[in-house]
Order: sequence, then structure tokens, then C-alpha cells
Amino acid sequence: MDDLYIEELVELYKHPHNKKKLSDYDAEAREYSQTCGDDITIYIKLEGNKVKDISFDGSGCVIAISTASKLTDYAKGKSIEELEKMGVVDIFKLIGTEVGPARLHCATISLEALQEAIKKAKESK
Amino acid sequence: MLNVESIRKDFPILSSKMNGKQLIYLDNAATTQKPKQVIKAIEDYYKKYNANIHRGIYRLAEEATAMYEESKQKVADFISADGIEEIVYTRNTTESLNLVAIAWGEANIEKGDHILISEMEHHSNIVPWQLLAKRKGAHLDYIKINDDISLNMESLKEELEKKPKIVSLTHVSNVTGTINDIKEIARLVHKAGAVFLVDGAQSVPHMKINVKELGCDMLAFSGHKMLGPTGIGVLYAKKEILESMPPFLGGGDMIKAVSYHSAIWNDLPWKFEAGTSNIEGGIGLGAAIDYINKIDIEEINKYEKELTRYALERISEIKNVDIFGYGYENLEKRAAVISFSIKGVHPHDIAQIFDKEGIAIRAGHHCAMPLVKRLVSNGSVARMSFYLYNTKEEIDKAIDAIIKVKKIFGVE
Repeated sequence: MDDLYIEELVELYKHPHNKKKLSDYDAEAREYSQTCGDDITIYIKLEGNKVKDISFDGSGCVIAISTASKLTDYAKGKSIEELEKMGVVDIFKLIGTEVGPARLHCATISLEALQEAIKKAKESK
Repeated sequence: MLNVESIRKDFPILSSKMNGKQLIYLDNAATTQKPKQVIKAIEDYYKKYNANIHRGIYRLAEEATAMYEESKQKVADFISADGIEEIVYTRNTTESLNLVAIAWGEANIEKGDHILISEMEHHSNIVPWQLLAKRKGAHLDYIKINDDISLNMESLKEELEKKPKIVSLTHVSNVTGTINDIKEIARLVHKAGAVFLVDGAQSVPHMKINVKELGCDMLAFSGHKMLGPTGIGVLYAKKEILESMPPFLGGGDMIKAVSYHSAIWNDLPWKFEAGTSNIEGGIGLGAAIDYINKIDIEEINKYEKELTRYALERISEIKNVDIFGYGYENLEKRAAVISFSIKGVHPHDIAQIFDKEGIAIRAGHHCAMPLVKRLVSNGSVARMSFYLYNTKEEIDKAIDAIIKVKKIFGVE
């Protein structure tokens, strides 16, 4: 990961997108990392099988927060099938860099929360 | 005075690069690098002496046995134990602590008994006692720590009134470098009638240890944190304690004779070492102790203090950087382990930027979650730790890296 890129991610870390609790949501899911304290909650509002609105809240490192920021941007308007299929490679594409094994969970924590939130939203319907 | 320049030449890895930059290794509390003398001792063993120890009736086996036992004598002398019968080899500090919790615990802990540890322990000195307490229906109690991350002596005295059977305490915190006053604690623990086990993982490699002066009954430490190979650890225990303890693992070498339904245990320390030993590990540890003795542990300790004072002074000049535990004004009470945080920056991000600069530090909970969660709510701090081959120039580079982190994150 080069410094330039870190700076772009740092910008998102300092001024994250969609970092709030939605006033109206179908489901929320929290993922917490015991090892480093990354703590992300995703709020999701569906319309049919599409994401109408999504946000996140929590705390963590640059990778966790900037990924949550980019992922919530990306997820808006997408179908739930599309989001359920996403994996770690898609996250790397989204943030434009790969991360090493020790930081992998920082990159995937918000996707785990998102997929859990979709599952809960589907169950509640 | 240490000749650091010549010491550094003994460590092949120190001339290598990480991410295109000269490697600066500041993660010595996790594991230390190995001098060529240790690497060569292991290589020589496999090239010239490899044989299974103890029962081979041929020259090669006798030589391997002698080398292995000689390494135990070096360990015994290094910590001023009475002899090799008090030195049990294990895999590491964790296994040494587990050995006591399992073998000693099995024979001595009953339902309702108290076991006493502290809030500043590494997970290796927490979890084995949790398991023992659960197995036996015993109570696990904690000595509290003060805000400056020193042991609360009043809390110790209060807990001792519950008459614990055993007290297990770290000598030096692997997070804040706090040095506990083991001598005074040993006096109190013994007055209360308990057995005293000390986790020496962060002390034995860095300061002169004399088990008799310290007054502990047992001491656990690892070879790989003191220039030796991984996979070899030590449990020192007073002879009478080892004699009264049942074996840990069963198998070959720990017995004198076996019949269908019973066995006679071997003499100390072999009663606690079942199966083929880590022979190369023992020999490597012996070579590491030779290396430390050649330089003198007191000199190493003096040099580490100098590095620690320098680092603490420089870090405390930087705005919005917190140091946990004692500062430079209490140098005699802290070891060469410095945990810190930068306001608004997650420690993983600090370590990642250090990595880009070729500097190896550690970030996270340092396997001491109860303590680190008390220091910071997210349960994660950055840590640098020094050893005899580190230099002030390396600390300067680490300071530059802290400033770089602050710049990237726009911290004032």
C-alpha cells in the first residue's frame, strides 16, 4: 500500500461517507473485532430486492472506516443478490488496494456486517 | 560499555531490508533476533552430534546427551538455581505456566480454594488459571493495579487475606514494562502461606536474575525472547516442589520403569520431560546464554535503560502522543518496553506506516486484553521494545515515523 493511497483513505477516515444511524431502517448488524477493537454497525433499508438506503456507525482503523465508507456508497441501489455474492476480492477492488493477512479482517468487517444486515432484513419480511 | 557496532555484526538479519528500507527491529518483547553463534550451535548439532539423548549406548548419543545437559547447567547458573534438577525444559513460558496449573494444580487445588493473579498479566498467565479454577471449582482472584500501572500493594495484602494456595505474577509487564517488586511480594506471599510463581518472560532476558534473592518458588521464561531459538522454554522450580508434583505428560524418558498398570517416575528434572526433547532448542538456548554472559547481562540492562530513557524523553516531547506506564523519571521501575498511542490514530495504522519505513513494531492487545482495555477503550496500543542491538539512531528513525503518522493523519 503506498503512502498516496493511504492519504486518500485517510481522507475518508477523517470525513467518512454515510456515517450515521438511519432514522428508518429494516435491519442493523454489528461486527466487532476482539483483536483490534474495530467496531462497525450497518443500518439498511430495502425496497423490494434493492437497497434503498444504507449507513454505518462505529470506530476503527483507516482500513475499517474507509472500507465501510466506500462499501455503503457502493451498495446504494444495488440488488441484495449482488451484495450477497461479494467477497474479499470485491472489497480490494472497491478500495483499490490489497491488504495483508494481519489487516484482512479490517477490510472485510463492514462486508460481514452488511451481509448479516441483509440476512436479518430478509428474515424480518 | 557495550560495543553495539560489533554486537550488530553478530546478527545477520539486522543487515537485511524490509520494504526497501534498512530493517529496524523494535519488537523484542515478542521475540528477539538470533546471533550467528546460536545459529551455528544448532547447525553444528545437526552436522556433528545428532542422536537421541539419554539411552543410546554409543558415542554420538553420549555427546548429544552431554551437550543437552550442559545447556541445562548453563540455565541453572544463569538464574542461580541449585542445579539442573530444578530446570525443566518446556516449549515456552506459556507451557511452563500451564505445566504448573495442570500438574501442581491437580495435586494442590481443591473446591473453594483461591488462586491469585493480577490485572497486568499476559493471557498465558490468566487462561491456565481460569481452566484450573473451572476444573476444580476454585476462585480466581485479581490483584488490582494503580492508575500508573503499578501493582496495588494494598489490594495484594487484601487478596492474601483470602489465603490463596498459589500466587502467579508477572515480573515485568509485556505492555507497559512495569517492573514488579518481586522480592517484597515474595515476602508477603510466603507470609500468607502461598506458593509463588513468577512469569519471567520479559525479565530474565533483560536483567540479572537470582532466584534465591528474588525469593520466588517457581519461574517461567522463554528461550526465544533471549536470543535463543523458538520452541524451548524453562520452568525453574524448587526441588521440593517438583518432587511433590505429579508428572505433566506421560511417555518415554519421564519414567524409570513401566509395568502393565503402573510406572516409576524418573529423577528430576526428567520426570517432567516426556518424549524426545527439543535437543537443538536446548543447545541453542545454551549458546544464547553463553552469548549474553560474554557481554554481561548487567551491561545489557544498563544499555537498555539508556535507550529507554532516550526514547521516553523524545516521545514525551511530541504533542498528542501518550505513553502508558512509567515515564523517564521512573526509569528504575520500568523495562525497555514502551506502549504508546497517537491521538485519533488506530494503532494498526501506526504499525502499518512504521512497516513502510522498515520499522517493526507491534500493535494490538499484546495478549493482555484485561490490561490494554483498561489503558484504552478500543483495546489496542502500539508498542516498541528494545534489546542490546538497538541504537539511538534507530529510535530517532522511530520518532521520525511517529511524526510522519501525525502528518498523514493531520494530528496537531
